[in-house]
Amino acid sequence: MTNIVEVRGLTKTFDGGFQALKSVDLDIKSGEIIALLGPNGAGKTTLISTICGITRATSGTITIGGHDTVTAYRAARSLVGLVPQEISLEPFEKVISTVRFSRGLFGRAPNDAYIEKVLKSLSLWDKKDAKIMMLSGGMKRRVLIAKALAHEPRVLFLDEPSAGVDVELRKDMWKVVSQLKKDGVTIILTTHYIEEAEAIADRVGVIAKGEILLVENKADLMTRMGQKTLKIDLAEPVKAIPEALSKYDLTIEDDGLLFAYDTATDRTGIAGLLADLRTAGLKLTDLQTRQSSLEEIFVSLVSETDVAVEKEDVV
Amino acid sequence: MNYQAIKSIYTFEMARFFRTMMQSFISPVISTALYFVVFGAAIGNRMESVEGIGFGAFIVPGLIMLAVMTQATSNASLGIYFPKFIGTIYELLSAPVSFLEITVGYVGAAATKAMFIGVVILATSFLFVDLSIQHPFAMIAFLTLTCLSFSLLGFIIGIWAGSFEQLQLFPSLIITPLVFLGGSFYSVTMLPPVWQTITMFNPVVYLISGFRWSFFGTADVPIGLSLIAILLFTALCVGIIAWIFKTGWRIRQ
Ligand SMILES: Nc1ncnc2c1ncn2[C@@H]1O[C@H](COP(=O)(O)OP(=O)(O)O)[C@@H](O)[C@H]1O
Ligand SMILES: [Mg+2]
Repeated sequence: MTNIVEVRGLTKTFDGGFQALKSVDLDIKSGEIIALLGPNGAGKTTLISTICGITRATSGTITIGGHDTVTAYRAARSLVGLVPQEISLEPFEKVISTVRFSRGLFGRAPNDAYIEKVLKSLSLWDKKDAKIMMLSGGMKRRVLIAKALAHEPRVLFLDEPSAGVDVELRKDMWKVVSQLKKDGVTIILTTHYIEEAEAIADRVGVIAKGEILLVENKADLMTRMGQKTLKIDLAEPVKAIPEALSKYDLTIEDDGLLFAYDTATDRTGIAGLLADLRTAGLKLTDLQTRQSSLEEIFVSLVSETDVAVEKEDVV
Repeated sequence: MNYQAIKSIYTFEMARFFRTMMQSFISPVISTALYFVVFGAAIGNRMESVEGIGFGAFIVPGLIMLAVMTQATSNASLGIYFPKFIGTIYELLSAPVSFLEITVGYVGAAATKAMFIGVVILATSFLFVDLSIQHPFAMIAFLTLTCLSFSLLGFIIGIWAGSFEQLQLFPSLIITPLVFLGGSFYSVTMLPPVWQTITMFNPVVYLISGFRWSFFGTADVPIGLSLIAILLFTALCVGIIAWIFKTGWRIRQ
């Protein structure tokens, strides 16, 4: 698969001296859905804004469809649609005229049939003559999406599309996104919601403190997420793992035992372990299972960088 | 050139203007009518004619200039400031357009609006005073250049402004005084010599004088000088905009 977006060594230092992006490299494959996960202030919006031309890069290069976003900005930007994080719309305009405006701004000749299709797919058609200020927050976000799609982009950026949006709209949006993917549109979305990344993304990138920590296939991440642990509380604490149990992946935690196993396999080994525990003469008082979620992976990744950053500070 | 984008910006801006048609036209027309009542009928009757022209007719070019300059400036500055203020500027910045196309779209629309208002005031004037235009083509040329250059100025102000106060500061602090003191309602030759000299530093004098010449064939300053003044002013604004375009000043971080 070819890369539709390539980011190389991208840094961004704001006028105040704050470095929001630290040498970011990112390849986005043509036709994929990639979710960028990261805490507030990680640099997601800055990254998207720089790719889309709203902010200038301090250093590094970006190409979209092979076109450099600085030297060939017209060709590059023509391919891109952007749904910003903030709802920014002209309050007194009608829905349809603001969508038509977007299409024209991107150099496309008027095409009311296409605009009708976009508005219908977002359930906005019956609101087409409504003034934007009369719409609810969710409807306004649909208008932003319609504007971004008005010029038939090949790459769509959605910056926190689910922030402050009800479940119904989120589901609708996922439908639109998967239809766009079928049409061959590449989609990059940023989100706080791990379920959202899980639900629609092909790949997941984690970004924190202006750095991309990992980009991985969602399936691979899911396998990691398949790790479950079983917490075994014992009537009498043990100092060491009994010899008879050495074949199990056990660790001692707070007077109890922790057993890590893989849900993806047919045999988890739980039944055998429980039998062997009894044979070893250990009496158990309670059992709990715990699943490491994408969230935990994410949190541990992000806190690892915290540690790394602190270490750097010391040195 | 992305002509489609220029067309989009221009028609979008003009649609806003026509949607608020009433207030766009009514207020300049009413204030013009008031000027005629006060200066033309009430005071003007007791005043001698200026350079052989009845006072009511004499103030027409100045009135048009006053309206056109303030309207062009405020329309153009609001046109670009508003997207900055509400955040819709993201779309302009991410679109495949150069700053040139953005400028042509916004300034073109603001200049057209100012032109409309100028023409409406001129038409209103015919209702109140006896008026003839000696050099109609020169009149149209001066009007167009003034609309254009002050729209360019307004565009710069809109990019510079960081708040609505700043947006209004410039027109009310600089433009209105310059226009009032620039001979809108009197001939510069009526002033004491010292003030005549000072007035010559006011660029608006040259514009009003040239515009008045196109009506009556008389002027405070030579018509060539008026033409040079307005061309210089336009060139200055274009230069500043080109610099903004290059540096992304107050537009792109
Ligand atoms: N215009 C700006 N000037 C200075 N700092 C900024 C600016 N915009 C964003 N930042 C800072 O850059 C960091 C990243 O912000 P942002 O990209 O919005 O994060 P995210 O979208 O991941 O929440 C934050 O610490 C933010 O405060
Ligand atoms: Mg953000």
